[in-house]
Amino acid sequence: MGADIWVYIEHAEAAPKKVSLELLSCARSLSTELGGNIVAFVPGSKIDQVIAAVGSRGADIIYAAEHPLLDTYTTDGYAAVLADAVRAESPAIVLVGSTAQGRDLAPRVAARLGAGIVTDCATLAWRDGKVLATRPMYTRKAIGTVRVTGGGPCIAVVLPAMYPLPDADSPRRPEVRRRPVHLDGKAIRTSVREVKSVHRETIPLIEANVIISGGRGMKGPENFAILDDLARALGAAVGSSRPPVDSGWVPHDYEIGQTGKTVSPQVYLACGISGAPQHLAGMSGSKYIVAINKDPNAPMFQVADLGVVGDLFEIIPKLAEAVRKAKSQH
Amino acid sequence: MNIIVCVKQVPDTEAPIRITPDGSGIDETGVTLVMNYYDEHATEAGLRLREQFGGTVTLVSVGPERAKEALRTGLAMGADDAVLVSDPALNGADHLGVARVLAAVIKTLPHDAVICGKLSTDDNATTVGAALAEYLGLPQATAVAHLEVDAAGTGAVVHREVEGGVEVLAVPFPALLTVERSLNEPRYPSLPGIMKAKRKEIKTLTLENLGLAAAEVGAAAARTALVRLSPPPARKAGRMVEGDTEQAVAAILAFLVDEAKVL
Amino acid sequence: MDFQLTDEHRMIQATVREFATKEILPRAAALDHSPTFPAEIIQKAAALGLMGMIVPERYGGAGVDAVGYVLVHEELARASAGVQTIITVNNSLVCDPIVYFGTEEQKRRYLPRLCSGASLGCYCLTEPAHGSDAMSLQASARRDGGEWSLRGTKVFVTNGVEADVCIVYARTGPEPGARGISAFIVEKRFPGISVGKVEKKLGIKCSSTAEIVLNDCRVPASNLLGEPGTGGKIALSTLDGGRLGIAAQAVGIARAALEEATAYAASRQQFGRSIGEFQAIQWMLADMATRTDAARLLMLRAAYLRQQGTRYTREASMAKLFASETAMWATHKAVQIFGGYGYIQDYPVERYFRDAKITEIYEGTSEVQRLVIARSILQMTKVTSDW
Repeated sequence: MGADIWVYIEHAEAAPKKVSLELLSCARSLSTELGGNIVAFVPGSKIDQVIAAVGSRGADIIYAAEHPLLDTYTTDGYAAVLADAVRAESPAIVLVGSTAQGRDLAPRVAARLGAGIVTDCATLAWRDGKVLATRPMYTRKAIGTVRVTGGGPCIAVVLPAMYPLPDADSPRRPEVRRRPVHLDGKAIRTSVREVKSVHRETIPLIEANVIISGGRGMKGPENFAILDDLARALGAAVGSSRPPVDSGWVPHDYEIGQTGKTVSPQVYLACGISGAPQHLAGMSGSKYIVAINKDPNAPMFQVADLGVVGDLFEIIPKLAEAVRKAKSQH
Repeated sequence: MNIIVCVKQVPDTEAPIRITPDGSGIDETGVTLVMNYYDEHATEAGLRLREQFGGTVTLVSVGPERAKEALRTGLAMGADDAVLVSDPALNGADHLGVARVLAAVIKTLPHDAVICGKLSTDDNATTVGAALAEYLGLPQATAVAHLEVDAAGTGAVVHREVEGGVEVLAVPFPALLTVERSLNEPRYPSLPGIMKAKRKEIKTLTLENLGLAAAEVGAAAARTALVRLSPPPARKAGRMVEGDTEQAVAAILAFLVDEAKVL
Repeated sequence: MDFQLTDEHRMIQATVREFATKEILPRAAALDHSPTFPAEIIQKAAALGLMGMIVPERYGGAGVDAVGYVLVHEELARASAGVQTIITVNNSLVCDPIVYFGTEEQKRRYLPRLCSGASLGCYCLTEPAHGSDAMSLQASARRDGGEWSLRGTKVFVTNGVEADVCIVYARTGPEPGARGISAFIVEKRFPGISVGKVEKKLGIKCSSTAEIVLNDCRVPASNLLGEPGTGGKIALSTLDGGRLGIAAQAVGIARAALEEATAYAASRQQFGRSIGEFQAIQWMLADMATRTDAARLLMLRAAYLRQQGTRYTREASMAKLFASETAMWATHKAVQIFGGYGYIQDYPVERYFRDAKITEIYEGTSEVQRLVIARSILQMTKVTSDW
């Protein structure tokens, strides 16, 4: 097994996904111990723009695996290409971003190769010749430290926003190696009919840096408009706890918590959310938590970095105004 | 249609957990064990397919003897029968090992659809489903949020939740699906169902019954091991803002600018 | 002596707890503040098999035993005593007498629909002038060809508004007291039965309590339940089971009060600490917990005797008496622990306090329960009243 660290580059609309670029930083930190090359693995069709975008972010080598059948992601097509490449080149580690695609692909490839696989990694390190990963467990009530053992490659599926985006000015000019890809169309059993994007006024929750979230204290669907307004001012996404979804005030994709999404933004602003454990499970990974609630006993205050006991209907509109004013002054 | 649903027994997510003093795992005393709630959605999906096509729903689980209780929940929901693979050699097996064992069971059963939960809430891993699909040689669709099987039962069109949208995917049967919670609303085990489940059989198998060696699938074969379980980093104590609306707004703004640095 | 619940009991309890928490609890306050019949919840309860729990499977029931039954009712009442009342009446006061005293034909005709939620039952015994002294009721049933003609007024009929199947007790014979009474299965669609006044109550508001008026109500002869003159016996044996349901209701209400008061005591801060650290509050919680546990054990003991096939009248009375007085006492304490907030409808304890009161009254007042128990202890072989 070599010492190379591979980063699987997921891409859409001719651009690499943010998490894939973040993993180049992760690869950088691992390479100081492992000593091997950082290899960006780019599968797909018509991927020159993606290669160019990856090029300046710190990869030593770019493996381009191009084939018309890889035009759209399919498990069979991409698993075959990645597994073949890993088998041929024997990297020490393959880093995959924890996205729907990454989670679909990585375990399949691990099973095909008999590779050790660890998912939802928050941090990765190379210690005593082995990968050491930390990952959330028990709905975020604990952190597990996991060691990947045995010979052969290790596949690590890494959470987004755990590593910084590398600067796009790396002095490295990576070598681009185009790998031959042999794919039989008959081996690709599933077919993508279409990919529907969900048009939202605001940024998708999973990718947002700042999230403003409303709970039962919002009292009704029409009141989410004040959160939308603050979100526009801040460049934030709007989410909710479970009660507004159950009451039909907001659609299900707003929900953050055990039965909804898990988010880890820089800032989570909880408005009228009591802070039940099921909700905390979805957002306790936020770097900074601000809570506004009229109930001083709301459990949310126990996890908040900044807590305001007050009327959110007064505070939020005034905050939006203050944010716009502050921005216009810069 | 022959439907297989894979089920795991995990600690109830509603309850807090206690980590053992040596950090080797959780303290299981007094912990309520339940069916992984993603697997409830998988079981519900299986039951609905049976309602549509007839056939049987068989539950399969790998775990200790007490995992039978989780299987009973599925039987009480209406599944027809259940298989538990229980073997001390499986302590410390990794996800690929578990998937191999499940594959060995499922290969002996007719299967048109194999349904798993997207992840299990104890280790929060999304590995077993896709690995199982690989071992069974089945096409897969993961994170299924919507499922429409064609009238002949030869394939399905699924919606998968992807970042920023929905992927509409056609997948032929037999196939393996892992399901999202948004796929359906699992039925409660009805009281008649609970009473009937008492009479349904749970077959118990060991590795020997499956012709598998501990060295292939047990701890010795595991490529991952939990080194330590720790509590999440304690959050620094926060502060409460005193004062009126104006002061609150000013304090939040200052926090966003100076501390969180998002403005 | 094994105090462990069976696997089935634990699964039943866990399922109903989850159902009650998800489906009933979020609506409980609204159902009390703006009382409406919780039709959607009842349909879901029926789908779960809760409307005919002890009815044998072959008639559409769940075939659950008495211990399972009381465990279910404690969970339901913990979420909403009003919803639980609707369900317990359908089970103990309507399905049960049909199971034990009905003909095969009557069972096949009524039990499946009562279990499935297609029908709802009510129990018509009490009259304006005959409450505790129910066995001297005056509603009459006169044979007329292939039918009976029933006349009279029944009051305090739970589910009176929504029910379509009514168990009605009326006097058919000249004998005074219990021996002259017969029981009938009366459908609302039979001519001559109507709903009269609908009462506004202190608590359990989402269950309707109505007057049922019988004015030459025509009931086919095939709807006589049991032999003529056995109505008193049917009523009394039905009440044993009914009292189990009310004991469970009271235990559920007491537990709700205890759980809310405990959570409040842990979080409410006064004088720089949580009020749960003060002895006064601790003693109240300790007594609430002890009495609720004792009530639950009495409930389980009575249920256990029932499923052993042993006579359990005294034990059911003890359970009902003790549990209802515990619920009243515990909810009173819970309001006190909440202080001013306990008086305010935003918090659930005032509702528990109001809901608890009825458990000391219906299906035999606490005074009547004491008579039942005393007579049993004194082993009176001849009784002057039939309680």
